[in-house]
Amino acid sequence: MATTLQPQTGAKPATALSNEEILRYSRHLIMPEVGMEGQLKLKNAKVLLIGTGGLGAPLGLYLAAAGVGRLGLVDFDVVDFTNLQRQVTFGTSDVGKYKSEAARNRLSNLNPDIQIESFETQLTSANALELFKDFDIIVDGTDNFPTRYLVNDACILLGKPNVYGSIFRFEGQATVFGMPDGPCYRCLYPEPPPPGLVPSCAEGGVLGVLPGIVGSIQAMETIKLILGRGDSLVGRLLLFDALAMKFRELKLRKNPNCPMCGPHRTINQLIDYYEFCGVRGEEAPESNVQVPEITPRDLKSRLDRGDDLFILDVREPHEYQICNLKGALIPLGELPRRVHELDSSREIVAHCRSGKRSAEAIDFLRKAGFRKIHNLKGGILAWSDEVDPSVPKY
Amino acid sequence: MSVKVMIPTPLRAYAGKRDSAEFSAATVGEALGNLTTEFGELRKHLFTEDGKLRAFVNVYLNDEDIRYLAKENTPTKDGDTISIIPSIAGGYADNAN
Repeated sequence: MATTLQPQTGAKPATALSNEEILRYSRHLIMPEVGMEGQLKLKNAKVLLIGTGGLGAPLGLYLAAAGVGRLGLVDFDVVDFTNLQRQVTFGTSDVGKYKSEAARNRLSNLNPDIQIESFETQLTSANALELFKDFDIIVDGTDNFPTRYLVNDACILLGKPNVYGSIFRFEGQATVFGMPDGPCYRCLYPEPPPPGLVPSCAEGGVLGVLPGIVGSIQAMETIKLILGRGDSLVGRLLLFDALAMKFRELKLRKNPNCPMCGPHRTINQLIDYYEFCGVRGEEAPESNVQVPEITPRDLKSRLDRGDDLFILDVREPHEYQICNLKGALIPLGELPRRVHELDSSREIVAHCRSGKRSAEAIDFLRKAGFRKIHNLKGGILAWSDEVDPSVPKY
Repeated sequence: MSVKVMIPTPLRAYAGKRDSAEFSAATVGEALGNLTTEFGELRKHLFTEDGKLRAFVNVYLNDEDIRYLAKENTPTKDGDTISIIPSIAGGYADNAN
């Protein structure tokens, strides 16, 4: 079902293209599905991208190239060296710059005829409605549950479509929420998973092309909504498995009892989404577990002194290949059934990449009766920073 | 009757790294019961302590959400596919630890 969007009020809509624009968009203009009428719709469209990372990269590039007249970019983060593997908007010289600013520069170079605004801010319940109100379509390219629920609820309150995409390792999901007759994110997932039950960090990571594919699907859906062409993903959840190279599709129904988009709405304003999702910012996963710690410097001096310490590496075997501290490798997930391999009479120092998984390991060992145990504070990252810079960080 | 249960990436670590498993089952609930019997670690990710499906776990029989069918009592037939669809939030995957 094709869905037409009503242009927002505000500046007078463009009714013509310049000769230069006609040349730039000629491959659109010669398609009957776009044509002059469609290209003017694109020029008059206002799209807000939440997140300029992996999903935001192809989104920004294709929407700017297609001539979407006004693009907003919301991101508070700065470009990190590890982003370059997949966030193709950025170049090596952008490392350390604000993502929204770096993306704006890249997209303005790609298409100087469009208006691009960057918002170096974290999307919050306090600013979301104000940010969203001037845009026709919101595209969700974020990376966490609280922001996903926030984007959903703000879109429903304002009656704006929410073009959704998410990824995990080799799998992606995409759909369009927030259309008048379609479901919302809460219809699909009424509740967020509790923090303890989300996939462990050991399984993180993403193949760089995956956000490129899922973000491109979001860009295509956004353009179709603007043009009012084709069959939108409204009411369908597209699942993509890159390893199997398979697309599947599930029916998404509007939940008649949805507290957000149902006929008897019980959520009438934005809430505290961190509380709703059971997390308080970035520090939450660590604060759950308080374990005895040792700093990298203290560990180094004790090892130099010849103390008998058993180094337990709880990362995965493929991580051990990147770098290691010559510890014994027992991945966190295997620890319960391999705990008998450890000698509780020896002093044990557990470590992982950042210190989070090893904190869980220490907590487990403590409950299993081990007493002489320490968590290497900050993990191998801190070891590289404070003791041995020859150990690579990843 | 054999039904196929598709195991999503985030849960494969608790299912012997399998991406799917086949069971003989007459209902969706029975198939999930067999799944969590074979892979015990999956149980707490799918069910509450009193044995109810968790609210953030979506289960589909073929392309239909079982919430709009007969939930766990939805009958299955030979060759059906059951999919477990977890919430995934990633967009950046900056969350390695």
